[in-house]
Amino acid sequence: MQLHTIWFVIIAIFWVGFFVLEGFDFGVGVLHTIVGRTETERRVALNTIGPWWDGNEVWLIVAGAGMFAAFPTWYATMFSALYLALVIVLAALMARGVAMEFKGKGDGERWRRSWMWCTTLGSLLVPLLLGVGLGDLLHGLPINSSHDFTGNFFDLLTGYGLWTGVTLLSLCLLHGSTFLKLRTTDAVRERSRAAARPLGWAAIALVAGWVIWTRSVAGGPDVPQPCEVLAVIAVIFAARLAATDHDGWAFSASAVAIAAMVGSIFIDLYPHVMVSSTNAAYDLTVNNAASGSYALKVMTVAAAIFFPLVLIYQGWSFHVFRGRVKAPPAQPDQARSAMPAAPQV
Amino acid sequence: MTNDLARWQFATTSIYHFLFVPVTIGLAFLVAVLQTAWYRNDKPEYRRLTKFFGTLLLINVAVGVVTGLVQEFEFGMNWSAYSKFVGDVFGGPLAMEGLAAFFLESTFLGLWIFGWDRLPKRVHLACIWLVAIGSMLSALFILAANSWMQHPVGYKLDSHGVPQLNNIWALFTNPTFLWGYVHVILASLVTGSLVMLAVCAWHLRKQREVEAFGHAARISVLVLLPVILLQMFVGNKLGEIEATYQPVKIAAAEAQWENCQPCSFSAFQIGGGKNDQTPTQVIAIPHLLSILATGTWNGPVEGLNQLQKEDEKKYGPGNYIPNVFIQYWSMRVMAYLGSLIALFALWGAWLVHKGTLERSKWFLRAGLLAVVTPFIMNTAGWLLTENGRQPWIVQGLMKTINANSPSVSSTDIWISLIAFVLIYIALGAADLVLMLRYGRKELGPDDDAGSSGAAGTGATTIPALTY
Repeated sequence: MQLHTIWFVIIAIFWVGFFVLEGFDFGVGVLHTIVGRTETERRVALNTIGPWWDGNEVWLIVAGAGMFAAFPTWYATMFSALYLALVIVLAALMARGVAMEFKGKGDGERWRRSWMWCTTLGSLLVPLLLGVGLGDLLHGLPINSSHDFTGNFFDLLTGYGLWTGVTLLSLCLLHGSTFLKLRTTDAVRERSRAAARPLGWAAIALVAGWVIWTRSVAGGPDVPQPCEVLAVIAVIFAARLAATDHDGWAFSASAVAIAAMVGSIFIDLYPHVMVSSTNAAYDLTVNNAASGSYALKVMTVAAAIFFPLVLIYQGWSFHVFRGRVKAPPAQPDQARSAMPAAPQV
Repeated sequence: MTNDLARWQFATTSIYHFLFVPVTIGLAFLVAVLQTAWYRNDKPEYRRLTKFFGTLLLINVAVGVVTGLVQEFEFGMNWSAYSKFVGDVFGGPLAMEGLAAFFLESTFLGLWIFGWDRLPKRVHLACIWLVAIGSMLSALFILAANSWMQHPVGYKLDSHGVPQLNNIWALFTNPTFLWGYVHVILASLVTGSLVMLAVCAWHLRKQREVEAFGHAARISVLVLLPVILLQMFVGNKLGEIEATYQPVKIAAAEAQWENCQPCSFSAFQIGGGKNDQTPTQVIAIPHLLSILATGTWNGPVEGLNQLQKEDEKKYGPGNYIPNVFIQYWSMRVMAYLGSLIALFALWGAWLVHKGTLERSKWFLRAGLLAVVTPFIMNTAGWLLTENGRQPWIVQGLMKTINANSPSVSSTDIWISLIAFVLIYIALGAADLVLMLRYGRKELGPDDDAGSSGAAGTGATTIPALTY
């Protein structure tokens, strides 16, 4: 395999890893007010992702920085084309990231409510808009011969891109609900199960529709490809299993569904990295967008050293905080007894 | 216009980002020191201090991390021509930063915050050290990338005139990088120790927890003193390196229009900008500029007019001189405040020696004021470095004017600029409210109860776990 193909695969892995991991963080962020009615329950819901969400978000940064290093033209064209969409994504990421840290440190209903909305809306907008962006890579955007975007914000809102965004969001929500069900007990867990039901049906419909639409957008055979079939099967399994007590299996299934969907986009994209709707000759491909072979070699060595380490210590962190998050017993002597004092992970 | 707006946006967002970064790097180190002290002597007040300053660290990290996201995206969004041109060289260190530093920092920060009761003491201590190392590593990679913009090395131009990396080690042995990196790390330690000292000073003035905050204040002073002294040497050395590779930058910083030998240093002057090349030198110190720029008593320094002529010959017609006013004053602000802080640190060290630090009214009062200086110095340092590189975005290879995204209109940038400024004001206000609030809080309790979450929260009803 050529180096630029290897790097295409690595970048696809970063994006897939990002949505599998941060996907449940987004789901939890949106659902935490639904599965948690009291402040304690909402805190329990957010505590399920507490130790990890920040590390999960780094997958997005390395996906972007990896594109910058390995495919500078792809990074430059994509990020400048998606300009206003990315401004919203950044605003959402900032609001939600700070909210996770600041919400519990202030007083008052207004402070809490403001940060709660930051968490909810931020977690909703990021997967939606990144999904639109990924769909647009495949659908094609107006790009000229010097690989510059020639459209405006509304050109980004292609039908296929929007469908991809909504589908990805629905998978994140389903993934979040299976994650919450895996990590909580009692009422929060039951409400996660209840939420997973409509989310599951919606996700199945959206993914199935997305596969059909993808077949007409991506070109190639009319029959769904293996990875797309996998996405459909996995989302059906996730939705079915979410109703049972096989929490681990349900979560695994939603993880596979999200991985298969994002993976499909990249499989269908290859060897393109960004399609030009203006003229097929202006498409960005792994060949014309890649860095030189020395730079790619250096990056390959760096990735070979650091990436396994990342997997080991991030995996260890998941291991350390395995188990369910419970609310502590009520402490009536404290004025703000609604707050859990500690995570009972 | 679009180009100017893109520059304003990058300047605004990166200066803002760098208000938080040095606090993170400096405080992460100091919190690790406090926890190490607790690990070794097992005195409860060190544990309480660790949690107390850990909370301040976390408040800062939150804003530092999210504003860093903007920086990471902004290259592609606003500077796509630049990104295409330099990605082969410049993208590498950025990707390594993510892989080697951001993952480390964020994963172990999560483990540290939530691991107080779950991890063995020694492992938990290792977590905060890995956070501190991760934050310093992140600065390493980003400085390697930035130094390449100041002094490009380790590349060859391909047939289209685009730089292609051909020696990665050159990026990490670039003299601009080596001295610049040390300079940034020392600046971060200065920032962290002055922040910690100011918090201690506030409590000591109120006679609260005198013993515990006295310990922390002494640690801050003992970190500050060697660091600031070393910093004056390193900063001076970096100036020499830059005078070699970016002579315009340093000549502009001295507002030196004509060649000179030996060269005197103007400590303060009026005028000397673009339209006034004969400033009124209020105070001039003979030979000092020669010493600073060349390291010798009678060293020559080329003036801006001469350098402009040379650059025109080399690169064609154009203006190769950056804004002299910014250069001149950012250099002086940094040097003068740095010297003041060095004196302040000596004063503090003398009080530590006498054992009266906790009771010295004037020193504690000065400590409260001193906390603003590192932020001014850090900003001045970056203005000097980045403004001094203009009109180039990559010294000698690409001009800033050609680097912005052709597909992004000025309307787009106005929208994003206004959005970011509004968000940053809100984040800054929330951060300040929390810093003041948690900085003035009492230390947490002695016992281990209620200690399993984030730092320093046990005594109050604020939930220990803030996620």
